[in-house]
Amino acid sequence: MPSKQDILDLYFMDSRYKLIDIAAFLDRIDRHEGETDFRYDGFQKAIEAMLTSGDKPRAQAVLEALSDTSEEPIPKATIQGAFGASRD
Amino acid sequence: MKYIEPHAHMVSRTTDDYQAMAMAGCEVICEPAFWAGFDRSSPQGFHDYYRQLTEYEPARAKKFGIEHYCWLCINPKEAEDAGFAREVMSIIPEFMDSPTVLGIGEIGLNKNTVSELAIFEEHVEIAKKYDTPVLIHTPHLEDKLKGTKLIIDALKNANIDPGRIIIDHVEEHTAGLVLDEGFWAGMTLYPESKCTPGRAIDILENFGMENIWMNSACDWGISDPLAVAKCAIEMKKRQHSPDIVQKIVYDNPVKFLSQSKNFNIS
Repeated sequence: MPSKQDILDLYFMDSRYKLIDIAAFLDRIDRHEGETDFRYDGFQKAIEAMLTSGDKPRAQAVLEALSDTSEEPIPKATIQGAFGASRD
Repeated sequence: MKYIEPHAHMVSRTTDDYQAMAMAGCEVICEPAFWAGFDRSSPQGFHDYYRQLTEYEPARAKKFGIEHYCWLCINPKEAEDAGFAREVMSIIPEFMDSPTVLGIGEIGLNKNTVSELAIFEEHVEIAKKYDTPVLIHTPHLEDKLKGTKLIIDALKNANIDPGRIIIDHVEEHTAGLVLDEGFWAGMTLYPESKCTPGRAIDILENFGMENIWMNSACDWGISDPLAVAKCAIEMKKRQHSPDIVQKIVYDNPVKFLSQSKNFNIS
């Protein structure tokens, strides 16, 4: 199996690139006018989940933070697509 | 390297894609019935689509030395109108004896509605009647976790062998739910959603190499028909042995698909 050093060699630059892109995305939202919506709230919640995931793997914590947590089927679909964050 | 693409929507792809997949080592493509990107206006539209899946695509793939199989159903995005869905489902038996039909799929849920769930359960009964494996689509993004739980509950109620069911599009928050119940799990490699190669390999390392496969689910959207081959290369970079790579991209798909009487790899 690869060492931590091997994983850094494989993925550091790519992850650095993605991290800066997330930071720039948040700055971009701050810089522009208007209101955010539930997607922004979900994104913030997911960042918090990643930083405080405890024993849970971070990727799982982020995905759960962005998930609908209701349990019953809904009566009818109003759209066919998905947004990537839950309204609840 | 030889590999199997166990989930690809080739009706949406070009002949160049077949050629590239063949050159990358693809020997078999399995194509589940799915949404065309728009709602079809009549059951007859599905009849034409099932002919395309069972007659035209196998011939197109054959030109590149690739075996083509398919799964039949009405997909969950068009299952909101249960009456329409049942009309379409009444066509399916006409095609179940076609020599390249593997079973029922990709059925499942989209927005986790009452109607989608009812049609899902009726599809499972068709699979039981014809004694075929089942390929299941789990919902997108925020709907995936809830949908996966509803699907697993429905399958338990249906009293069906979990070893003959693959629940697809798993991610880190659903892989354990699926595998712990004895189902097979599929990981989809997409450029913008679902799994990256790196994450798919993380899931393999965390949940094991058994009862799991990976696919490109390439279709009319942003997707990559060579995603499985690229992920196999990524596995080598992560120091997985050639035997393990072959197990994931070839042996495991053969093991699951061989549960269909029509799957015959020479």
